[in-house]
Amino acid sequence: MKTDDLIAMLSTNTEPVDRKLVIRTVCMALVAGALVAVGGALVGLGLRTDLTTARSLIFLVTKLAFAIAIVGVAAIYLTRLTRPGGELRTPSMLAAIPFVVIALLAGISLGTAPSSHWDKMIVGDAWLECLLSIPIIAIAPFAIIIWAVRQAAPTDLVRAGTFAGLIAGGVSAMAYALHCTDDSLPFVAVWYGGTIVLCTLAGAALGPRLLRW
Amino acid sequence: MTTDEIELKALMLASLDGDAASHRALLERLSRRLRAYYKGKLSGIGRGVSEAEDLVQDALLAIHIKRHTYDPAEPLTPWVHAIARYKLIDFLRRTRTSRSDVPIDEADNVMTQDDSAGAESKYDLKRLMQQLPKNMRCSIEAVKLDGQSVAEAANRCGLSESGVKVNIHRGLKALAALIAKENTA
Repeated sequence: MKTDDLIAMLSTNTEPVDRKLVIRTVCMALVAGALVAVGGALVGLGLRTDLTTARSLIFLVTKLAFAIAIVGVAAIYLTRLTRPGGELRTPSMLAAIPFVVIALLAGISLGTAPSSHWDKMIVGDAWLECLLSIPIIAIAPFAIIIWAVRQAAPTDLVRAGTFAGLIAGGVSAMAYALHCTDDSLPFVAVWYGGTIVLCTLAGAALGPRLLRW
Repeated sequence: MTTDEIELKALMLASLDGDAASHRALLERLSRRLRAYYKGKLSGIGRGVSEAEDLVQDALLAIHIKRHTYDPAEPLTPWVHAIARYKLIDFLRRTRTSRSDVPIDEADNVMTQDDSAGAESKYDLKRLMQQLPKNMRCSIEAVKLDGQSVAEAANRCGLSESGVKVNIHRGLKALAALIAKENTA
């Protein structure tokens, strides 16, 4: 094929392009992923039944805030990483801030509690459930977000995959928080933080395979 | 900012608005730069330049299909360069050359030289088109090759007008995928 022929073909009857398409696709994927995750958590696990005390409400809000902060920052980075060359102007260390904050709060919380309580604060009642639930719930939002990124053109597939995994983990943690009754900051830092990091690493590993174009 | 960047970006913005002449001018100018870029890169790592034209066409197709990912708030040159480089690395990986062999380069690199020697790739468009599903093939043939309007194509292919547009879009993506497959084989 002659290059001139290819150019002639591509520029015959070109259609206008929707410039907001990339951002809209990522946002829609985010909303769809969140709905699926929350729906799955509520149907599969159920809403926590003890939301009558101020303490449980405060912890629910804290967990949601942690997860939403992660998703919010990561989503901004992901929309940049979905564009060719976007990785060059995206120093992404800000995404670590929610993790640093929760780790600090967990540290303070441990520091002000007697050390005999530490085991209970860190391990909680349902660490295994948390460890399994967040990665499992993350699968569906991860697939939806990967689909959205594939509509665009990331040129750093590891980083795009990393942020897709981070968002999926955050969305999943948000959904799981509606069920989880382990109310301690060290628990949130270790098990929420840990499983979200796990999802992020999975995204980094899968990115190059899933996002090639 | 160079005059080149300003002119190319103006062409890109017009082409995003659906201006076919601008789109054509943009692809022509970019093809000359891409050709110089790929010839330089391939010879730089001791590979023949015969494959350069395949890469030029890969990149042009990618630029066309992915043009919605260009953010008008940003300069055009780094966007084109990122695609050119991505396609080069992808091509070298498919043909088993390690990524570390590709010299690190500056974003301006792809725009610095011009090579207008019109050339041919090894891809056979007719044969590739035969591998597309019927609706995609018919839509592309009508609108992109025979220059018919979308309405005429809808009539010819027995599709709705939006069906024709979707089939063109998917068909071009499928063509790019077929080309990628060809490079692996």
